[in-house]
Amino acid sequence: MSKNRRRIEIRFRVNRKLRRVCVHPLTRLLDILRLELGLTGTKEGCGEGECGACAVLMDGELVNSCLIPAVQLHGRSIETIEGLSKRGRLHPIQQSFIQRGGTQCGFCTSGMIMASVALLMGKKHPSSAQIGEHLAGNLCRCTGYSPIVDSVRKVGKK
Amino acid sequence: MRTKHIGERVPRREGGLKVSGRARYVDDWTLTGALYGVTVRSPVARGIIRQIGYPAGTPWEQFTIVTAADIPGSNSVANLEKDQPFLAVDRVQHAEQAILLLAHPNKSLLEKARRAVSLDIEHLPAVLSLESSLAQEQVVWGHNNVFKELKIEKGNVDGVLNNAPVIVEGEYWTGAQEQLYLETNGMIAVANPKEGVTVWGSMQCPYFVHKALMELFSLPMEKVRVVQMETGGAFGGKEDYPSVLAGHAALLAWKSGKPVKMVYDRGEDMAATTKRHPSRTQHRTVVDRNGKLLAMDIDFAIDGGGHMTLSPIVLSRGSIHAAGPYYCPNIRIHGRAVATNTPPHGAFRGFGAPQSLFALERHMDKVARTVGLSPVEFRRRNFIRQGESTATGQRIRESIQMEKLLHRALKETNYEKKVRLFAKQNLKAKVKKGMGVSCFFHGAGFTGSGEKRLASVVAVEATEQGKLRVLASITELGQGAVTIFTQIAADALGISGQDIEVAQADTAFVPDSGPTVASRTCMIVGKILESACIELKQTLIQNGLLKERYTSNAFRAACKKYVKQHGQLKSFAQYQQPSHIQWDDEKHEGDAYGTMAWAIYIAEVSVDLSTYEIRVDDFLALQEIGKVMNPLLAEGQIIGGVVQGIGYTLHENVIWNKGRMVNNRITDYIIPTSMDVPPVRVIFEENPYEFGPSGAKGIGELPLDGVAPAIVNAIESATGAAINRIPVTPEVLLEAMENTNE
Ligand code: FES
Ligand code: FES
Repeated sequence: MSKNRRRIEIRFRVNRKLRRVCVHPLTRLLDILRLELGLTGTKEGCGEGECGACAVLMDGELVNSCLIPAVQLHGRSIETIEGLSKRGRLHPIQQSFIQRGGTQCGFCTSGMIMASVALLMGKKHPSSAQIGEHLAGNLCRCTGYSPIVDSVRKVGKK
Repeated sequence: MRTKHIGERVPRREGGLKVSGRARYVDDWTLTGALYGVTVRSPVARGIIRQIGYPAGTPWEQFTIVTAADIPGSNSVANLEKDQPFLAVDRVQHAEQAILLLAHPNKSLLEKARRAVSLDIEHLPAVLSLESSLAQEQVVWGHNNVFKELKIEKGNVDGVLNNAPVIVEGEYWTGAQEQLYLETNGMIAVANPKEGVTVWGSMQCPYFVHKALMELFSLPMEKVRVVQMETGGAFGGKEDYPSVLAGHAALLAWKSGKPVKMVYDRGEDMAATTKRHPSRTQHRTVVDRNGKLLAMDIDFAIDGGGHMTLSPIVLSRGSIHAAGPYYCPNIRIHGRAVATNTPPHGAFRGFGAPQSLFALERHMDKVARTVGLSPVEFRRRNFIRQGESTATGQRIRESIQMEKLLHRALKETNYEKKVRLFAKQNLKAKVKKGMGVSCFFHGAGFTGSGEKRLASVVAVEATEQGKLRVLASITELGQGAVTIFTQIAADALGISGQDIEVAQADTAFVPDSGPTVASRTCMIVGKILESACIELKQTLIQNGLLKERYTSNAFRAACKKYVKQHGQLKSFAQYQQPSHIQWDDEKHEGDAYGTMAWAIYIAEVSVDLSTYEIRVDDFLALQEIGKVMNPLLAEGQIIGGVVQGIGYTLHENVIWNKGRMVNNRITDYIIPTSMDVPPVRVIFEENPYEFGPSGAKGIGELPLDGVAPAIVNAIESATGAAINRIPVTPEVLLEAMENTNE
């Protein structure tokens, strides 16, 4: 490949583990996760920040990983869908999505769940309207959204 | 049969994999040494390829380049007609047509090379709209641009029209719609002369792809293997297109000798793959003094794009649904699917029915108004009843109760009261409110003799662990096929769902159960699965391994024993056409479908006349779908379908320029978000269908069919705007308002 391709070393945390990658400074976080680290749970739906399929948490904030270049990652802490279940046990939000039809084809699901986690960190019991508003950056073509809103609203309930 | 699983809110079986990011979609998988592949496409809608150039500055020798000349077998995609090449030869028939393929290990170099290829194409005059194709402004396909023409006739329409004092006429238009499944099309291929061709990818119909690859490479059946990966939505958009993409990936793999992965980016997927057919429908209707339909004369035309692909069957379904759930003694439906030089249009949930039903249900409101009846009363007087026959002469065998459904829907929405209230409030309000109704049916399974021709097969086998494995080419697309099959098999065998496995759709292991389309998975294939299960159980009983009554444990033990004794236990079942289905393909006459699902939708909207913003405030979806197999999944199908329908009606506007979609980005092509959707209230009525598993009918497509007319009828009731086209952009609304005020 071309010789003048600059690579930089990035150290950051992914799902609480320290990681080191050597990439071009403009490599997208999405590609680092999927191609460098093999974390393919984060999906690409549009590649331009419009669908939310690639959403992850960066220092606890919801971001679209297709818009984050490697240069911004140094010292950060990223959480992806793979980090959510602990020791093989699903997070209550994941269980709620299964139970209430919050996932159909599953392609939006990782991003949806990460967005929901971000919301629930700030607000324990959001209303349907608040959930709808918060998830407006995450597209789903299958569910029609209300099963997802329901999944978030009823987390932890029977 | 005792049912423990059917009818329950069984959660999606593969849900755990999906919520934890462990489900494997095609792009999540890499083969070592794989190349990436891309497509060089025509920017021109119609033309002659004069030259393909590879300008200096790109190390072309590093690239695998495939053109039509490299194709080992037939350069036409297996479909109804052999008019669609995998790669263009000499001529370009539509914008975005694939001309050549490139592969390279480095994605960014590949992209540069794709742009560097120079195409010298001589422009030919193109046909870029349905109207200009119908008018034959240019003949771009066959001798008259017509892919398919059909006539459905019942009674004597001309006799009535000639003597009618009043004929109510209307013309209705619908636009293209992009499926916008969240996962774009993707395929991985390994191909060489020795081992043959294997592809893994996102798709609905593995055996369509299988057939396409056999012909493309002139290979025997056993040398081609097609494996469906987890598929991130399809909605019809992955019915025929994956055959093209699989062919492309395999051609690159064949020539390079390396595995090749092709995954479209969103822009390419939107611009180059299939969309819903744009349509125009003309209605001429005669009604008697009592408000009963006397004659319906319907002309239905759809824009098929550059190649025939599936257009004739989309046309057929759209035409058959064009007269809707009403009885009329004299009906004529004239259908045409015509060519334009846009990318081929294809399957999308509803398959022609949403188009013709939009026209019908808008027109019913118009006719009602003309004869001085309310939309509700006019429909009530004309609903088809048991014993009466449809447009194709299909006698309704079941006791349908559209009146009862309508009554319930009106009550649930407080319809009459709201209509009166809104009429009063609208006099002063800036934001006008309105209610709209639509009534419709959707036939499940292939039309007419289609299922008989498919003759689908399902197998079940016992595993060494004593579990039961379902083998079918039906694909899980998010609709819940795996869960429904589990429920059917578990109840047919009286065992636990945990003991059922559903095999991945891999042509090396599963028989051809037909395509995953046409709302046929549960009703048609589910029934075959049920038979296969019963047969396997009988084998165990006849061999003395199982008593008539048994537990899950006993079943497991019996299976293990049988497998140990005989090596394997496998039973096959094939589709059996119910004897009541009689169909004449030539005349389009007879029993179009084994049964239909019936529905009433009511929309409540508000229209802000200062911003021309339209909001759907409430939506009731009431449907009779036979036995509801899994209310959780069924509700998901309905809500999801309704929301796609809301997009179709209000937001989703494909903008064309010279045959190309120019707003091929999610930013510019707007689908509903969680902020745009009303609460969708779903109500089921059950009228079990004798020949469906446990009485189930099809459900997949129904929910999209009736959304647009319900909403547009509501907009008209709010504003008086006689809108005759979707999507209802602010411009369309404004224009309709101006026409109304004149
Ligand atoms: S892929 Fe990042 S927002 Fe769509
Ligand atoms: S579940 Fe398919 S896009 Fe959301």
